[in-house]
Amino acid sequence: MSATRETERYTVADKAKWSVWSIFQTWEVILLTLLVFVFIVNSNTSPYFLNTYNLADATFNFSEKAIIALPMALVIIMRDIDISVASIIALCSMLMGLGAEAGIGVPGLIMIGLAGGVAAGMFNGFLVTGLGLPAIVVTIGTFTLFRGIAYVVLGDGAVTTYPAGLRFFGQGYVFGIIPFEFILFLLLAMVFGVLLHFTVIGRRIYAIGNNPIAARFTGIAVNRYRFVAFCLVGMMAGLAAVLLTSRIGSTRPNIALGWELEIITMVVLGGVNILGGSGTIPGVVIAVLLVGMVTFGFGLLNIPGIIMTVFIGSLLIITISIPILVQRLRDRARLRAQQAEVGTD
Amino acid sequence: MTASDLRALLTRRREPALALLIVVLVVLIGIRAPFFVSIDSLSGVLTDTSILMMLACAEMLVILTRGIDLSLAANVAFTGMAVALLSMSYPELPVVAYIVSALLIGLVLGAFNGFFVAIIGIPPIVVTLGTLSMFRGLVFVISGGEWVNRHEMPDIYQMFPMETFLGLPHLLWVAVTVIPMFWLFMNHTKAGRSLYAIGGNPQAARYVGIPIEARLFMVYAIAGMIAGLCGYLWTARFAVAYTEIAIGFELVVIAACVIGGVSIAGGVGTIPGVVLGALFLGLIANALPVMGWSPFWKQAISGAVILIAVVLNSRSHKRQGKLIVRRDEATAS
Amino acid sequence: MVRETAPKPVILEVNGLSKQFPGVKALDDVSLTVRAGEVMALVGENGAGKSTIVKILTGIYKPDGGSIKVDGTSVNFVRPSDSWLAGISAIHQETSVFEELTVAENIFMGHQPTKPRVPLIDWRDMHQRAQEILDRMDVPISTRALVRDLSVAQRHILGVAKALSHDAQVVIMDEPSASLSRREIEQLMVIVRQLRDEGKGVIFISHKFDEIFEIADRYTVLRDGELVGDGDISDVNQDDLVKLMVGRSLDEVFPKVDVPIGEVVFSVDGFTHDTEFDDISFTLRKGEILGFYGLVGAGRSELMQAIFGITHPRSGTLVLDGVQVKIDSPVEAMRAGLAYVPEDRQHQGAILPMSIRKNMTLPLIEQLSHRGFLNRRKQLGATKEMGARLSVKAAHWDQQVEDLSGGNQQKVVIGKWLATRPRIIILDEPTKGIDIGSKAAVHEFMGELVAQGLSVILVSSELEEVRGMADRVIVMHEGRIRGEFNRRDATPENIVSVASGLELAA
Repeated sequence: MSATRETERYTVADKAKWSVWSIFQTWEVILLTLLVFVFIVNSNTSPYFLNTYNLADATFNFSEKAIIALPMALVIIMRDIDISVASIIALCSMLMGLGAEAGIGVPGLIMIGLAGGVAAGMFNGFLVTGLGLPAIVVTIGTFTLFRGIAYVVLGDGAVTTYPAGLRFFGQGYVFGIIPFEFILFLLLAMVFGVLLHFTVIGRRIYAIGNNPIAARFTGIAVNRYRFVAFCLVGMMAGLAAVLLTSRIGSTRPNIALGWELEIITMVVLGGVNILGGSGTIPGVVIAVLLVGMVTFGFGLLNIPGIIMTVFIGSLLIITISIPILVQRLRDRARLRAQQAEVGTD
Repeated sequence: MTASDLRALLTRRREPALALLIVVLVVLIGIRAPFFVSIDSLSGVLTDTSILMMLACAEMLVILTRGIDLSLAANVAFTGMAVALLSMSYPELPVVAYIVSALLIGLVLGAFNGFFVAIIGIPPIVVTLGTLSMFRGLVFVISGGEWVNRHEMPDIYQMFPMETFLGLPHLLWVAVTVIPMFWLFMNHTKAGRSLYAIGGNPQAARYVGIPIEARLFMVYAIAGMIAGLCGYLWTARFAVAYTEIAIGFELVVIAACVIGGVSIAGGVGTIPGVVLGALFLGLIANALPVMGWSPFWKQAISGAVILIAVVLNSRSHKRQGKLIVRRDEATAS
Repeated sequence: MVRETAPKPVILEVNGLSKQFPGVKALDDVSLTVRAGEVMALVGENGAGKSTIVKILTGIYKPDGGSIKVDGTSVNFVRPSDSWLAGISAIHQETSVFEELTVAENIFMGHQPTKPRVPLIDWRDMHQRAQEILDRMDVPISTRALVRDLSVAQRHILGVAKALSHDAQVVIMDEPSASLSRREIEQLMVIVRQLRDEGKGVIFISHKFDEIFEIADRYTVLRDGELVGDGDISDVNQDDLVKLMVGRSLDEVFPKVDVPIGEVVFSVDGFTHDTEFDDISFTLRKGEILGFYGLVGAGRSELMQAIFGITHPRSGTLVLDGVQVKIDSPVEAMRAGLAYVPEDRQHQGAILPMSIRKNMTLPLIEQLSHRGFLNRRKQLGATKEMGARLSVKAAHWDQQVEDLSGGNQQKVVIGKWLATRPRIIILDEPTKGIDIGSKAAVHEFMGELVAQGLSVILVSSELEEVRGMADRVIVMHEGRIRGEFNRRDATPENIVSVASGLELAA
């Protein structure tokens, strides 16, 4: 029966016809081109740019944010968002501070940071999936609450008495040159990349993001996936708290202020659709490097970091606008072609 | 009124519940610290909250249409700096000139958002995330990173907000003028009502002939204009302009909306609710020192209140079942 | 009833209307006329172009070609307000209400009365006029009630009130009775007659032939975007209209094959939900197609979703092969050998932005993987097998489902579920809104399934489909089973009267 149907004047190819052009149209390649461009501009404007030590040290600026951007991508792909990440850092760093003052050792402090992050993520995840509340308002609430708790505990004080052993995580180098933070980010990027692009879990994450109802009808435990994603964001924010606390060696309640919007900007710039359903880890990684290299380049030229935000903001809006405009033109052309076809019938 | 009527009134409509809560809070604080309930002190709370109330009204318009504007606080900072610089260069201008320039500059920034949201069609959260960074960075660009301090601003510029008229500061009078205008617009004009339609059911809104793109553009432009006005008021009131002014304030503004009963899903929210929401946050901020509590509690309390409000919002708007099975009818037949 | 014999004046004249969408020609050179004081029935299958005409006449779509004349004057609608200013208003198919606003505001949204001299809304006048309209229709709804508190039927009446508020010359009713009870439909018919007698032209779109023959004076039939016939309703009977609509005989569209029906494989006993359905019991046999008929909102989809474990009933049991089973999630339902092809293909069935391969392999993705890692080759194999079996037409298997035609999208959704090798497949409105060719293919395929020993539950609001395909028909009304007919007794009269909540006459 099926054999006769297959020969029925209709054959379906296994996959789309491959063309060089289609590769150039991917978001990742566009970003990569931009990154190369920034690299070239930077190396031509400053002799200090192409210095291995300088380049390696530049990664300190963005590694912690980048680590949070990875699970944030999963959350946004599943149509949620987490505004509270920077506040989770403040909360976890505060907890670590309390631990340090109580004389807890380095492994204990790390555990405190991670566990605090997971607990905060579970709290978000419960409110969003358990009570069915919109993620954006829930995390605006916890954004205020978590940092608020840090303020209540620390007031205008600070914790600066961290054990020396903690210093490695935020300040140490591997192979004597590459910062540990950056290595950690690359490893995590690989883990998240494999998870999202090569596993059943990743396929289901995309299914949820593209159509949560159909995903549920197909037997996917949608809310469980969303809950775990919030926990992962919390855990990575906890990890970032460990790294950041170690790097600056102190905790104040205003630590990592305003990071949430920077992280979300990186994720969106990386090609993750804010409405959910699409985006890739390589895209996010390239976006992170792009932002990092621009910051570094501006820094070498003694341009203040704040001006960088103008650049990143414009980049975000322009890069999102262009594909929308191109798509609109293409639709119009397609319609016109069809009308022409009808006319000659 | 029966108990269930009362409960329905308090859970279905946010304003009476919130108003009651605010009165109860004021009374409780008044018991601990009687001077808090004096006219002066209460008008002080209102004055302190004026800017938040106006910005929350502006933000409500945006959220009603299923959007969000994260750039309001950055707009405040930019416009504030721009008019402060203007006053430095042209100190002889009348105060009206500064206010009008603030409105215009804010309007232009808002229209920029509106263009990308309404005409290009980018999700509002992305656009305003981008313009948040841009506007904030541009403050630094136009000021060169310098502060504009009290002694650099003309007196007329910085005195205006706190000068009094009929015993109340101008700042409060501005709010008392702007907020009823918002109320009138939202409740008694076709354009205002159309925002409820757009947020409630965009497709149906299109069917009844509402020009959605034009309305969206208008909403972001209005929000920007109000943010511009607040930019002047902020820098004049505190007699200082610098890059980090009102940083993070965008989320406080959204919080006031949420507490005031605005649904982030669009189509639900009222001006009185939002004003009360802002007032509630303002009350907490002002009451803490009076009660002898550390001001560091402010943020944690706000956060808890936002979460409670979110839960209540979802409860009061949860749809009842379809009730296809009409049990009484079935038993009768 | 005495009718004037002189031809009534034409108030709406549509000439050579065409509309093209990416990938489909929605309207091709369609002309129609509506006269004052008459009801014109616009008939056609789903996807024939009726809704497109409505959207053009109400200024939502712009036509690619053709002309519209109202009262002899050429009009060009740029926006919806142009249309109602010209005297055309419509009750749309979609429930286009604003839940959080009042009845009065829903009626007047977009054209609220304003005070003289100031551009402010005159609320008092608005409530007064809304009250007048509701009084005229004799419906006791408060103009200050919030629409979210209204019933489905009341919302439809609101739609009519909205159309009346425009004081229109031409009123378009797009399936106004789809989810109304018999009594409410009668109420609606009174309103339609009232409009007609006031000298307005009514375009009446309905799938129910009894209504059409009851109310219409003339008919216009569309098929695949083309005009295929029009004339006086007194010159035709139901069969003539069906033939025009479908373009082929019923036997071709409903190729019922006779399969020996075996033992009971599945039974539902006392299924009850707090709000959606009550005390549902039925059995399903091997090789049987069991039809579920009812009005929209009768609770059929809700029942099927509860059986499939998507929602949870308050009480009731499921028995599979004589063993009681507990199904709390779609995964458990799949394991038990059930499959559910949902009603709303675009929202519940397919994941439109994903490829055919990814859609088809989604329920089985774990089996098609190696220790949790995706295996493209295995997926492609499974996709090709199912795709060929259902003769899915596409350029390649990585094509996005949203680029396919409605019929092919539905094949992908059905294929996705067949890949789980179910023993019982629930098809919820499987041919809604797909072209006639795909429809016949889906029906033919149902025959193949039962021939292979599967059992099929067919939920459909299309009378002909249920009668043409099902061995047995269960009729639901307001969440309850109100009747069960075998193939012989399943006459349109029997089914419709039970579905409308009336007891059987006999």
